Amino acid sequence: MIRFEKRLNPSRATTILTPFIAVLLTMIAGGIMFAALGKDPVEAIRIIFWDPLFDPNFADYSRPQLLVKAGPLILIAIGLSVGFRAGIWNIGAEGQYIMGAIFGAATALAVYPIESPLIFPAMVIAGALGGWLWAMIPAILRTKFKTNEILVSLMLVYVAESILASVAQGVLKNPDGYGFPGSRNLQQYPSAFNEEVFANSGMHWGVITAFIAVIFTYVMMTRHIRGFEVRLMGEAPKAARFAGVSTTRLVVFCLGFSGALAGLAGMFEVSGPSGQITIDFNTGYGFTAIIVAFLGRLHPIGILLAGLLMALTYIGGELAQLMLGLPGASIQLFQGMLLLFLLATDIFTNYRLRLGGAH
Amino acid sequence: MPESLLEITGLTKAYPGVVANNDVSFTINKGEVHALLGENGAGKSTLVKMIYGLVNPDAGEMRLNGTSFAPDSPNRARASGVAMVFQHFSLFDALSVAENIALGMDNAPAPRELAKSIEDVSHAYGLPLEPKRIVGTLSAGERQRVEIIRCLLQNPKLLIMDEPTSVLTPQEVEILFQTLRQLKAEGTSILYISHKLEEIRALCDTATILRHGEKVATCIPASTTARDMAEMMVGASFSNPVKAQREIGETLLQVDNLRSQSADPFGTSLRAISFEVKAGEILGIGGVAGNGQDELLAALSGEMRTGADTIRLKRHAIGRLGPNKRRELGLLSAPEERLGHAAAPGMSLKENSVVTAARRMGLLNSGFINWSTTEQFTQQVIADFDVRTPGTHTPAGSLSGGNLQKFVVGREVSQQPEVLVINQPTWGVDAAAAASIRQKLLDLADNGAGVIVISQDLDELLEISDYFCALNEGTLSATYPTAELELDQIGLMMGGSHGAGQEGAQ
Amino acid sequence: MNLLGIDPILLIASLMVSATPILLAAIGETVVEKSGVLNLGVEGMMIVGAVVGFITAVNTENPLLGFLTAAIAGALLSTIFATLVLYFKSNQVATGLGLTLVGLGVSALLGKPYEGIKSPTIKSFEIPMLSDIPVLGPMLFSHDLMVYISILIVALVWYTLKYTRFGLILRAVGENHDAAHALGYKVIRIRFMAIMFGGACAGLGGAYISLARVPQWTEGMTAGAGWIALAIVVFASWKPWRTLIGAYLFGGITVLQLNLQAAGVAIPVEYLSMSPFLITIAVLVIISARGNQGAPASLGRLFHASS
Repeated sequence: MIRFEKRLNPSRATTILTPFIAVLLTMIAGGIMFAALGKDPVEAIRIIFWDPLFDPNFADYSRPQLLVKAGPLILIAIGLSVGFRAGIWNIGAEGQYIMGAIFGAATALAVYPIESPLIFPAMVIAGALGGWLWAMIPAILRTKFKTNEILVSLMLVYVAESILASVAQGVLKNPDGYGFPGSRNLQQYPSAFNEEVFANSGMHWGVITAFIAVIFTYVMMTRHIRGFEVRLMGEAPKAARFAGVSTTRLVVFCLGFSGALAGLAGMFEVSGPSGQITIDFNTGYGFTAIIVAFLGRLHPIGILLAGLLMALTYIGGELAQLMLGLPGASIQLFQGMLLLFLLATDIFTNYRLRLGGAH
Repeated sequence: MPESLLEITGLTKAYPGVVANNDVSFTINKGEVHALLGENGAGKSTLVKMIYGLVNPDAGEMRLNGTSFAPDSPNRARASGVAMVFQHFSLFDALSVAENIALGMDNAPAPRELAKSIEDVSHAYGLPLEPKRIVGTLSAGERQRVEIIRCLLQNPKLLIMDEPTSVLTPQEVEILFQTLRQLKAEGTSILYISHKLEEIRALCDTATILRHGEKVATCIPASTTARDMAEMMVGASFSNPVKAQREIGETLLQVDNLRSQSADPFGTSLRAISFEVKAGEILGIGGVAGNGQDELLAALSGEMRTGADTIRLKRHAIGRLGPNKRRELGLLSAPEERLGHAAAPGMSLKENSVVTAARRMGLLNSGFINWSTTEQFTQQVIADFDVRTPGTHTPAGSLSGGNLQKFVVGREVSQQPEVLVINQPTWGVDAAAAASIRQKLLDLADNGAGVIVISQDLDELLEISDYFCALNEGTLSATYPTAELELDQIGLMMGGSHGAGQEGAQ
Repeated sequence: MNLLGIDPILLIASLMVSATPILLAAIGETVVEKSGVLNLGVEGMMIVGAVVGFITAVNTENPLLGFLTAAIAGALLSTIFATLVLYFKSNQVATGLGLTLVGLGVSALLGKPYEGIKSPTIKSFEIPMLSDIPVLGPMLFSHDLMVYISILIVALVWYTLKYTRFGLILRAVGENHDAAHALGYKVIRIRFMAIMFGGACAGLGGAYISLARVPQWTEGMTAGAGWIALAIVVFASWKPWRTLIGAYLFGGITVLQLNLQAAGVAIPVEYLSMSPFLITIAVLVIISARGNQGAPASLGRLFHASS
């Protein structure tokens, strides 16, 4: 009989090893899936993981894309991870992302065509505010009425999408756009354009903000009392209250923080790589960021690496679609499997496998 | 010539690092109330788990009614006529009495039949129960009845009871004893596990005493003094700690008309609680669990806010202050639940120091935690309070109960509180650690602090407290000097007659 | 009698059709949560049921067979969740989300070749005599089989939980898994079965969307129905008959707003389409403000079989 036996002390080696093992297992399972679809598994894996970075035909295009895709994922995931550590489940980052984009774009479009160095910073603040406000709804409902934030934040994603559709065709519609839905393209509005800091690196201001967020959160979680309170709340809520941690303040902080970061990600995206507010502006970063957060084991450095890995799967996936005709959904499946394998291997940190039936 | 029911011969069980039971032999006769005595860690629970089929012995044998008895599961034990009432109940708060009993039975009869049986049996044995009541609304004593009736409905030959009176008032203890005597008269044997010597002397026919996993004696409690039994349990003669005469100082803590409404439907509301504690004094608050102890501690620690003036610490009205503000002013506390409340099990001892000592011991620097100062503080606590642990990085959850409690008490005492409130300081802690903790509390009072000890252990309170009062269903009795109290007076206070004798009240 | 150009008989009839997938998913999840487990993967199980049911129905020309395979597919997918959460002790929230992702991905892959094809739908099953009653007949008694089966399942779940020993044990496990374990009940086994039941029901619900309601296959066609089902479980305070009310209420709002859109009522389309979600939030707030009564005490908590 196979049993799991609790370890006396959590194994640190396993904590670091398990994400790698999970990735390996996913590659194997993914390979099987690709073979079942009639594609050469080794070639598929190579196209997804290796070519975007190193194949001379694609790398120049793909490598910058890596940061473009990883930036928002990391930024959102960092925000989510703080809440997740405390047991506060913000599942609606996608909605906060959308609202941040709307607020940011609206700020720019409100003053178009004025040029000023103050516009971009104003957009940044607006974007963070939009996401923060949207996250305050589940925060207030939870602290005042004990309503479950998972369901509320999720419902609000659908509401945000409706609002997006509405403004894309209404308030923010491009008056010079020949009647097509969608806002003006912010890439052509210099004061508002989220340009790459180093040309062709993919590193726009959103990516830089993501890196800053990683460092900030690392310091906060390991050295600051606020980070300690977050960890304590997740570990032992009664002890947290005993330590004087106000649940209300913590919920508001965690949801606000993750909402603001998601809003920022949305704002950087709409003023940069995407360019305009459209009905289908949001591409699921808010949900993928949840995987990134868990893949990175809710640790800032882990999230940095996990975000890069996920971005790679997006880009590699697009490449595989192009080169092998692999359906786009297979990448979604790949990402889901990665999360599940990680959750499965996670147990070995705290438990070891025991064979045999001794009492 | 008494007939034997269960013969235990040479029962042995070892675990890695410790021999829980070593060659234990004794006999329980039919219609006998047989006590099993011993300190925590003496091997009582392992022995009983073997009888009940939860654990397999390494060596030795048991014979029930002459035939070999080796149950490999509680179901088998029950089928052979052995029933057990555990110390920690397995009850479902949101379900009814009848549903709870049905869940504990192997072949539950149809609901209507069961309800009738419950009414009949519970009334017949003096422990009345209503089948439809939701268990969460019952008191601790009533919940125990559910467990007992659950056993009795299966007509056991041997009823094992593990520390049954720890949740009962003295009056409820009498009722239980009557029930047990009735069962004994009908021929049922009872194995009564306890460390309460006077009760055993009052109730039990025979007593087997365990120490360090071995049987050291069998005696007739009625003809043995409590002191002799205690010495057999502990293995040495011991004396009560002498309480030094202390200088009593100013009033440190004044609680006036403290009331609270419990949000939890299964919790206790506090009603008009008033008392005061002076410097150098230890106030003991007795009472069976579930009468408002947790709520009182939460009100004092700051986890629950009450009216501003209801609690005054040296003139400061602190009722609306949170835990950290109270710590800064000098009021520290330690809740009953060690893992999960007083300490976070997954965090290291070092991190657990931050939980309460962060501000008072200056471990924070503009919000940033000074880990090296925290390390020093933790090391100090470990050294001063003899906490056995590999280091400060050990997770709190891997410490033994006694060591963790020493750490928790040490963490608070090392912060030099003005007033310390502690709930169940030695519950489930081995004798040596318990004695050491009690001594530290006495030392704290010697140094001029005020100490409030909330405890179910009357012996402990009588030993260390200067003044005594009792908490019953959220109401606090009048306070009396401990030295002047009689046991039945205490029983009445715990059972709810307050101000029994206005004279002597503080 | 028409109001705003909307026929009430059609409204109620289409409400029941709209509500059925959510009802199926919700009643299944109620059983899962009553046993103490929170499965956020309902959306994933529903859509897998939708695609599997669709493919089977198209290939065998038999929609009932489609429903059967959909239930099996949902149950199989849920075993992944059950294994991870019960044996590998993984975080329930993350695992449920992972399951949803896997479900969405698998269904999109499997369904690709079938986009645009119409499936054989199940015929209406008019209850003899009852369906001839004016007004009530076409409104309530002329639906397809699955609508009636869904109500039957609700009744079955209610009866089992309230009156059978198995139901009692399941509730006990959800209330206090430690006590249940101490009494010798196999907590993990019971939860595993509950999760599989939930998966089968979600699969049925998904198949209803692709076989009866739409009836076609499009990627992501469940469009959040699984999340609504989760909300309805809370709305219903984990009580089976209230789940019925909740699902029908939500179905009613959805259908109403669609009809209002079609009737050209002067409210912008987007506000109408967000209304079901806003109303769900409002209801959740009301329920939780009143104290979340009825939640199984062990819901979502990790179970360690400490022997």
